Amino acid sequence: MIRLYDDLIIQTVCRIMIPFIQLFALYVITHGHYSPGGGFQGGCILGASFILMVIAYDIKWMKKRFSEYTNIFMIAFGVFIYAFVGLICIILGAEYLNYGILHKVLPADPVKVRALATLGIEISVGITVMAVMVSIFLNLATFGKHERGEV
Amino acid sequence: MIWITELLILTILLICAVGAIHVKDLLSSAILLGAYSFLMCILWAEMGAVDVAFTEAAVGAGISTAFFIGAIYQTTRRTKD
Amino acid sequence: MKLFALIIVIMTGATLIYSTLEMPNWGDPNSPASLHVSPRYIEKTLEETATPNAVTSVLADYRGYDTLGETTVIFTAAVVCILLLRRFEDDKTV
Repeated sequence: MIRLYDDLIIQTVCRIMIPFIQLFALYVITHGHYSPGGGFQGGCILGASFILMVIAYDIKWMKKRFSEYTNIFMIAFGVFIYAFVGLICIILGAEYLNYGILHKVLPADPVKVRALATLGIEISVGITVMAVMVSIFLNLATFGKHERGEV
Repeated sequence: MIWITELLILTILLICAVGAIHVKDLLSSAILLGAYSFLMCILWAEMGAVDVAFTEAAVGAGISTAFFIGAIYQTTRRTKD
Repeated sequence: MKLFALIIVIMTGATLIYSTLEMPNWGDPNSPASLHVSPRYIEKTLEETATPNAVTSVLADYRGYDTLGETTVIFTAAVVCILLLRRFEDDKTV
């Protein structure tokens, strides 16, 4: 399915659009406290920008910027951050994922620190969802071979 | 006047859902499912559930259509039944 | 056989439509769902978590364990997809 198109219009439009899509995705992730959005939606949009790279250019072109090792690392890293924040809460002497206790290590009062911890968790969910979407698309579209097709 | 809009959206939603089952071309079926997701997103935004609408637009209409098209290219484009 | 399946589907749909007649109206403030725990979240979310969006505070703070499980489900989906589909060039078994 994925092959190198020599279509100048598609490549130029995608090259201009992709940074704005990624900027919007980061806005959705970090502005989830005040507007609709959050880690899952922002991660989906961020993953969609990488899928657009694969469709418009080539799978090798995308893997030069976002290698498979980094992809698999990020899948596990997001879940790890999430669980590790909960573990820090236990170590500091509160319940699992009770972020109020984090004011002992972060410079904020116990109410503001909950918003900070929520932001960290949104970012970790966004990392995981982005990597998962890219990974599933690459494995589905190239049937696990990660090379361009003969079409 | 808002119920007329709702009725219109629901009618197109039903047409998209039935068409996605009955059409023989799997690529058209995937696109119809994307249209279904987007109409569902409009319906949810109109009911006030903006977060759910955002999720539906990002996942249902965006990512899953790309997944469907990627999966269709690994198999035949026409249905057998 | 198709007629039998159609009858089953119509009966199930009729049961579902009949059961929706007993549901509370859309946006009813006296429905059981908006009497028990929703007012508590809507009133206390700003002073307890400093997050104006109640949906985000419920998802990531009050119900953080639920979101952790959801993230783990997505993680498992990706791991299973890699394990089932990924093929390497030097793999002689496929």
